[in-house]
Amino acid sequence: MKPIIELENIRRDFIVGDETVRALRGVTFSIAEGEFVTIMGTSGSGKSTLLNILGCLDTPTSGEYRLDGTPVRTMSKSARAILRNRKIGFVFQNYNLLAKTTAVENVELPLMYNSAVSAAQRHERAVTALKRVGLGDRLNHKSNQMSGGQMQRVAIARALVNDPAVILADEATGNLDTRTSFEILVLFQELHKEGRTIIFVTHNPEIAQYSSRNIMLRDGKVRDDTTNPHVLNAAEKLAQLPVNEDD
Amino acid sequence: MNGTNLFKIALRAIANNKMRSFLTMLGIIIGVASVITMLAIGQGSKESIKQNIAEMGSNMIMIHPGADRGPGGARMSADDAQSLTLTDFENIVNQNKYLAAVSPNVSSGGQLIYGNNNYQASVTGVSEGYLTIRQLKVESGQMFTEADIKAATKVCVIGKTIVDNLFPKGSDPVGQVIRFNKMPVRVVGVLKSKGYNSMGMDQDAIVLMPYTTVMKRVLAQTYLQSIYASAITEEITPLAIKDVTAILRTDHKLRDGEDDDFSIRSQEEISSMMTSTMSMLTLLLACVAGISLVVGGIGIMNIMYVSVTERTREIGLRMSVGARGIDILSQFLIEAILISVTGGVIGMLLGIAASLAVKTLAGWPISVQAWTVLLSFVVCTITGVFFGWYPAKKAANLDPIEAIRYE
Repeated sequence: MKPIIELENIRRDFIVGDETVRALRGVTFSIAEGEFVTIMGTSGSGKSTLLNILGCLDTPTSGEYRLDGTPVRTMSKSARAILRNRKIGFVFQNYNLLAKTTAVENVELPLMYNSAVSAAQRHERAVTALKRVGLGDRLNHKSNQMSGGQMQRVAIARALVNDPAVILADEATGNLDTRTSFEILVLFQELHKEGRTIIFVTHNPEIAQYSSRNIMLRDGKVRDDTTNPHVLNAAEKLAQLPVNEDD
Repeated sequence: MNGTNLFKIALRAIANNKMRSFLTMLGIIIGVASVITMLAIGQGSKESIKQNIAEMGSNMIMIHPGADRGPGGARMSADDAQSLTLTDFENIVNQNKYLAAVSPNVSSGGQLIYGNNNYQASVTGVSEGYLTIRQLKVESGQMFTEADIKAATKVCVIGKTIVDNLFPKGSDPVGQVIRFNKMPVRVVGVLKSKGYNSMGMDQDAIVLMPYTTVMKRVLAQTYLQSIYASAITEEITPLAIKDVTAILRTDHKLRDGEDDDFSIRSQEEISSMMTSTMSMLTLLLACVAGISLVVGGIGIMNIMYVSVTERTREIGLRMSVGARGIDILSQFLIEAILISVTGGVIGMLLGIAASLAVKTLAGWPISVQAWTVLLSFVVCTITGVFFGWYPAKKAANLDPIEAIRYE
């Protein structure tokens, strides 16, 4: 399998006042195409910093990070913006949809910043992505007319629309109730089966059971890197959950 | 990202905040509308003054005796006032190269009487050329002739105001004999009405007589009060002035270095003096209006600034899905320009409408000129760029990591 993400001795220091905070102290691992990796760790373990670096929003102080073969550390800001646009799909905890904007338009957003994609292609791809996440009947619903689960599906469609090398999910189920969380997990597992590379950052150990690999961070270092021998099926778990448990 | 997409995004942002965008625009609308209206009023007054002066004869040159001194006529010796003579007039007539018409000018005040009506007026002694110089036309009857001038006949041509006052019943004045003080004068012609000029002078309260008649029979003097002339074209006026100056200097035997003992003014000078006053006034009006445009611009900056803060999360999201700094900068800049240009267009229409309303309702002379419209349009676009730049730059410089988590 071809490596999508290669981290070599990544360090990231922040200077806060006179002190230097070492958020990452030499992280090395690589993720191959088609893996579903959860990155776990308590707050302060450096997982947000690692996520920012993986997402090319931030660059490491030292070490090398190659995304799909491209070295990122020395890239300029706008080169990284283009890289994010082509190679990364973000899914955030709080969805981050544009207000007063329809599902299709929200999903079209990454393609708006890619001038190689025409308006017609953009629309078509957005509709396809929305159908993929099961929102084919809600194309023109505005973000304020949708439930949390639906909004997160729109966000996932948005992450899929540019056909990224890797999907980065940051606590993607953190704002959802148990049932909806599992619905989203089912979606992630389906995407994984289709061969997508997914990195799911979370502090919820339960989610790790549904991924193929688990990386545990502590104090800016990788403490554990284990392959999950028994990946649980989220769809089965969802079927077992009582319907409308909150009512 | 291409321009069309940026344009769409900016348009969407404005549409999402209609009321706010409109209120922001209002500053620009009022600014542009007032600039256009003020300039239209200023330009209109300027043009109407110019036109009035042109009616009085824009090529006119006035030659007065005495040096061109300050008000009060300081350093004017007693005989200065008599330094213009008929010889001067004849020399100008014979030697000039650039004049279309020349006329002496002598005037005297007195009472005009016809039957039991009388009117206080001044009579002006002129030659036939005076009609050309002042752009007067004889409406009925005719102008007195060269023969009348030679013989100093007691004839006159009168203006509308005189007719109205002496012949209130509407009888034809031509051929009637009126009296000027004690002298009987026959009316040979009536002038076409010209109305009041821009300085509020009644241009119809005139009585023209042969200059010889006024000099010999009314004033009993041999010198002229002034000489009026008309250059062939307006452009040639300065040349004509030089020419006449040379003729008069030779005539008066003035040596080099000696001051002129006469002064020459052209209507053009007076006109440019008045229009420059008007220009200053127009500039002042435009400045006041321009200030409101700047205030409008600051309004845009203020709103854009608030908008950037309010949309920090959106900016962060856009950046994380691949918007570069320049994309964000362009987005906000286009938004600011859209607001200012839309405001500008509305203001333009409003300004033109307001100008027309002032013209129709108040009857002021108004002239909306293409350059003023273009100018205010350009200014408001620049305003948009200028005041949109800082907030847009702020947005573009946001850190996507912090922006996306901004609460």
